[in-house]
Amino acid sequence: MSKLEKILQSAFFRTIISILIGFAVGAIFLLIVNISPAEAYAKLFSSIFSNPKSLSYCVVYATPLIILGLSVAFSFRTGVFNIGAEGQFVVGSMAACVVGILVPAPPIVLPILCIAAAAAAGALWGIIVGFLKVKWGINEVLSMIMFNWIAFYLSNYIADLPIIKNEGNAEATKNVQEAAMILLPKSWIDSLGLCNSASWGILIAAILAVVVYIIIEKTSLGYSLKAVGFNRDAAEYGGINANRSVLIALAISGAMGGIAGATNLLGIGQRIAIFTAQESYGFQGIIAALIGASNPLGVFVGGLFYGAIKYGGSRLNIIGAPSEVVNVIMGTVIFLIAISHIFNFRLRKKKKGGDK
Amino acid sequence: MDNFINNLGILIYATLLYTAPLLYAAMGSCFSEVSGVVNIGIEGMMTVGAFTGATVAYFTGNPWLGFVCAGLAGMAFALLHGIATIQFGADQTISGTAINFLAPGVAIVTAKAIFNSSDTVPLDPSSKIPTLFAGVFSSGTPWSNFMKNVFSTYASTYLVFVVLVVVWFVFYKTRFGLRMRACGEHPLACQSLGINVHRTRMICVCLSGFLAGLGGACMTMATSNQFRPTSIVGQGFIAIAAVIFGKFRPQGAMIGCLLFGLCSGLRVVIGSSSLNISVQLLSMIPYVVTVIVLILFVGKSHVPAANGKPFVKTK
Amino acid sequence: MATEHIDLNVKVVEMRDIVKKFGDFVANDGINLTVHKGEIHAILGENGAGKSTLMNQLYGMFPPTSGQILVHGKPVVLDNPQKAIREGIGMVHQHFMLVPPFTVTENIVLGMEPVKGIKLDMAKARQDVKEISERYGLSIDPDAKIEDISVGMQQRVEIRKALYRGAETLILDEPTASLTPQEITELIHIMHSLTADGKSIILITHKLKEIKASADYCTIIRLGKYIDTVKVADVTENDLASLMVGRKVTFSVEKPPMKAGDLVLDVKDLHGVDYRGVEILKGLSIQVHKGEILGIAGIDGNGQTEMVEIITGLRKATGGQVLVNGTDVVNKPPRFGFEHGVSSIPADRQRHGLVLDFSVAENMILQNYGQEPFSKKGILDQKAIGQYTQDAMEKYDIRPRDAVRKPARTLSGGNQQKVIIAREVNNDKDLLIAVNPTRGLDVGAIEYVHKYIIEQRNKGKAVLLVSFELDEIMSLSDRIDVIFDGKISGSMTGDQANEETLGMMMAGGKVQ
Repeated sequence: MSKLEKILQSAFFRTIISILIGFAVGAIFLLIVNISPAEAYAKLFSSIFSNPKSLSYCVVYATPLIILGLSVAFSFRTGVFNIGAEGQFVVGSMAACVVGILVPAPPIVLPILCIAAAAAAGALWGIIVGFLKVKWGINEVLSMIMFNWIAFYLSNYIADLPIIKNEGNAEATKNVQEAAMILLPKSWIDSLGLCNSASWGILIAAILAVVVYIIIEKTSLGYSLKAVGFNRDAAEYGGINANRSVLIALAISGAMGGIAGATNLLGIGQRIAIFTAQESYGFQGIIAALIGASNPLGVFVGGLFYGAIKYGGSRLNIIGAPSEVVNVIMGTVIFLIAISHIFNFRLRKKKKGGDK
Repeated sequence: MDNFINNLGILIYATLLYTAPLLYAAMGSCFSEVSGVVNIGIEGMMTVGAFTGATVAYFTGNPWLGFVCAGLAGMAFALLHGIATIQFGADQTISGTAINFLAPGVAIVTAKAIFNSSDTVPLDPSSKIPTLFAGVFSSGTPWSNFMKNVFSTYASTYLVFVVLVVVWFVFYKTRFGLRMRACGEHPLACQSLGINVHRTRMICVCLSGFLAGLGGACMTMATSNQFRPTSIVGQGFIAIAAVIFGKFRPQGAMIGCLLFGLCSGLRVVIGSSSLNISVQLLSMIPYVVTVIVLILFVGKSHVPAANGKPFVKTK
Repeated sequence: MATEHIDLNVKVVEMRDIVKKFGDFVANDGINLTVHKGEIHAILGENGAGKSTLMNQLYGMFPPTSGQILVHGKPVVLDNPQKAIREGIGMVHQHFMLVPPFTVTENIVLGMEPVKGIKLDMAKARQDVKEISERYGLSIDPDAKIEDISVGMQQRVEIRKALYRGAETLILDEPTASLTPQEITELIHIMHSLTADGKSIILITHKLKEIKASADYCTIIRLGKYIDTVKVADVTENDLASLMVGRKVTFSVEKPPMKAGDLVLDVKDLHGVDYRGVEILKGLSIQVHKGEILGIAGIDGNGQTEMVEIITGLRKATGGQVLVNGTDVVNKPPRFGFEHGVSSIPADRQRHGLVLDFSVAENMILQNYGQEPFSKKGILDQKAIGQYTQDAMEKYDIRPRDAVRKPARTLSGGNQQKVIIAREVNNDKDLLIAVNPTRGLDVGAIEYVHKYIIEQRNKGKAVLLVSFELDEIMSLSDRIDVIFDGKISGSMTGDQANEETLGMMMAGGKVQ
């Protein structure tokens, strides 16, 4: 196979094609709603690249998406589909928020406690679903969606409890203690001209990407989880406890979902609002995972890309363009990635084995 | 006692009101799943249906035209799902997820373009789906109040049960129904008998989108009177749960939908009562009940054998 | 032979110079076939020779790359099954094309359902089905569900399905694969009553005995090429075998006498249920000693699958004991049995034997991935795994040799089976269970697998062989137990065994 051909057939190339078509479809929609795509896309990209501040905003937006993407990618690699990242994110945020408000602890210790609580809550959310799957054979996709909503209302319920709730008029919790925040030092932010929400979150995301890579590719734990994901029957036959593997995979996946919630809260959120609709972080994580082809490095890049587009999209309102066009673009992108095997670019006729 | 009768009437009314959208969508889900295509995009198809119905009815003043257009809008997105999964063998869950992202995005972008807001303009009562027995029952005695409450529901609610009978007939009494069920169980056998598996599945997926669109329209043209980004919040998924609960049979799915409708109805009745229970916790009930119902019933459910598996024609 | 029914003037099907390519792979390379009215025409060839490909083209599943098909002398294009059906061609596939939760009647009429208005006319369907059944003596309950009836009965449904469609020419693809000798006799009887009625039958098989017993003509295919068409009455089984394989074949397996040693596997009064929860093992007991091969003969569905699953820990027993070297492994996880001496070559190599998306190397360590030298402190040692796999591939002749890091999916069936054998034999356990170890393999691979099984026995291992191939059981086993209805219904030594007695016992008959 020639080098060019290899590139043309790579998942990376297909993803690029999908993204380009996604933007084209977005452009068509903008035309339909009478907005110049050129102007809108110019605004989108200029908002992203204009200065260090906006770039750092993109990173801040990207951080939870990367971690959620890793959570989903980990689940894909181990044969479950963590569509429940949304719920894990929500319970993780809430756990971190409760600890961050109520637990008296010094800086450095407190964020660690918050993140640990979030990981535990997310893992629990994953394990519940895993338990329903292994014990009663309930499709995890369906129960995760239910638990996303249960998490949503649970979070709203907790946020409304007097001990947590904001004393003012805001329909939200109190702010977490300053000591709980994971923001970069003020002096750094000022000297580099970053946004005020720039935090250590992206470092946490990078560390998690490495951890996921090592577990999946290098360890015997990863081996057993993948074996169950690929072929549960053969794994069981080989002596691997498949039910245990499913629970472990969902616990790890869920813990990352929870951590994503914590980093978002401790970085930019600081408090949790009482929501009227889901924020769809989990679904955005699925997109990051799909763009990154479930490969940790790919997910990191995919998450950054999505974060940037999301930030840029949020600035579209300035020129009167609907920011939801980003959803149209991203929906198109995953739809195309799902069928991307049809973009099978070949330079010449290739050998194909008989299927009989 | 009078209060109880009154509340009971409201409960029945609210149950039916919340059941109807679920049941349309659930019947749609039945078509798709039974023919062998997992369709979690039902949620997104409901959303475009909800938007299209409210919008068309607003501009034409004709609720039934809006209702049918809602079905067609759902069907358009179902067609996308069908092309991706049936024609190109895409992962059905991922394609469905994409639809769930794409469809609300399209709906809201269009809403902003038309109404300059993500909400549509509220419909006049005349543009909403009509109530069939308005004014037939007068208020006064507790029992007439009860009757008035029960029968003040919308035509779409009565219609859904008519559609249910038709769907049941199609499933079990027609040639198409037999073939469609066979495609979900053993597509290769169907191909060997000259049945076009891809076409059959495509028709079923399109029907599922049409019915999901109608379900969405119920939410914005009957239950409420406008489309908002929060109009469809998980009803599609609950409908799928009802189908699994109902063992992939339309009549079983109806029982599931009624159960979830009842949960929502209870939320309304308890929420408006003097009982001091958190709205948030009440809102959780349908989802918790869904999980419990799945625990109790799913193990005994026969899933169509080829459900979720792309069928590749031998060439 | 029923040659008197053949009308040589009527050529119902003719295939001329058929070539079928899948990409660069040539599955059929210039094949000719002529079938006359009233004839039973066998198509003989090894697995992978291209028999099914040829017949799928005749049945319109896919069109030939080049060549011509004629029905009653008229050229036809058969690009979908519906057209083949219209031309009077019916096919009974090896893997039945039946919808399990549907009734017999629903399955027979599917695709050609009688309707009254827009409504299915099930009353008429039932009537039509009954008529066909009576005409050919194929009695069966039209309202029974497929999943509740036996394999033999399902085959009758398949035959009736073809007849309902007005088939003049019936293709039977490996029809005897899962039938008892008695059922095979009945099937041959049915085939003859069909030809007496003017139907023609094309029989795809690799079983020489059945060709001799039923067919009038036989066309031989080897590696996709047309070899010859012979009159069955004029040739011997050995002639046919040589034509099929292309060299002289010996059917006997070299097996030095062995004295059985200590008891390794002792199954006592085993009870168990199948996937539906119906009791299928009803007090089964077997014993296997070191240095012996115990063959389990029986028809599919009499509990052998469940027995093996219980011994290997994949299924729970409802009663009884499975002692391996004296330790009870019943209702313990698979790993427990493995650690106490159980290894196995599973029936379904793609479902249980291999993780097809894993590389060959990863498959080689399926049970041992967590132990030294393959992993240290939870981190896999890819170098050690690769070396171990490379050695095994040399020793067991697994090809291609450079596939160490390639997915197992890319190997041929025979090489996939070798990977499993290499892994299980390397595990060096006292008990080796082999379930249908040669299913779907070609003659070369079969010889290889048999050689390894005998070698294990000669090394003093206890071997439990479960197979639906009577020939395999008879040629390999030192002792044979027959399983019927969840119990052992009879036993004999390997050298006493003959097909008739075994067949009788497999069907539940008592032998005096």
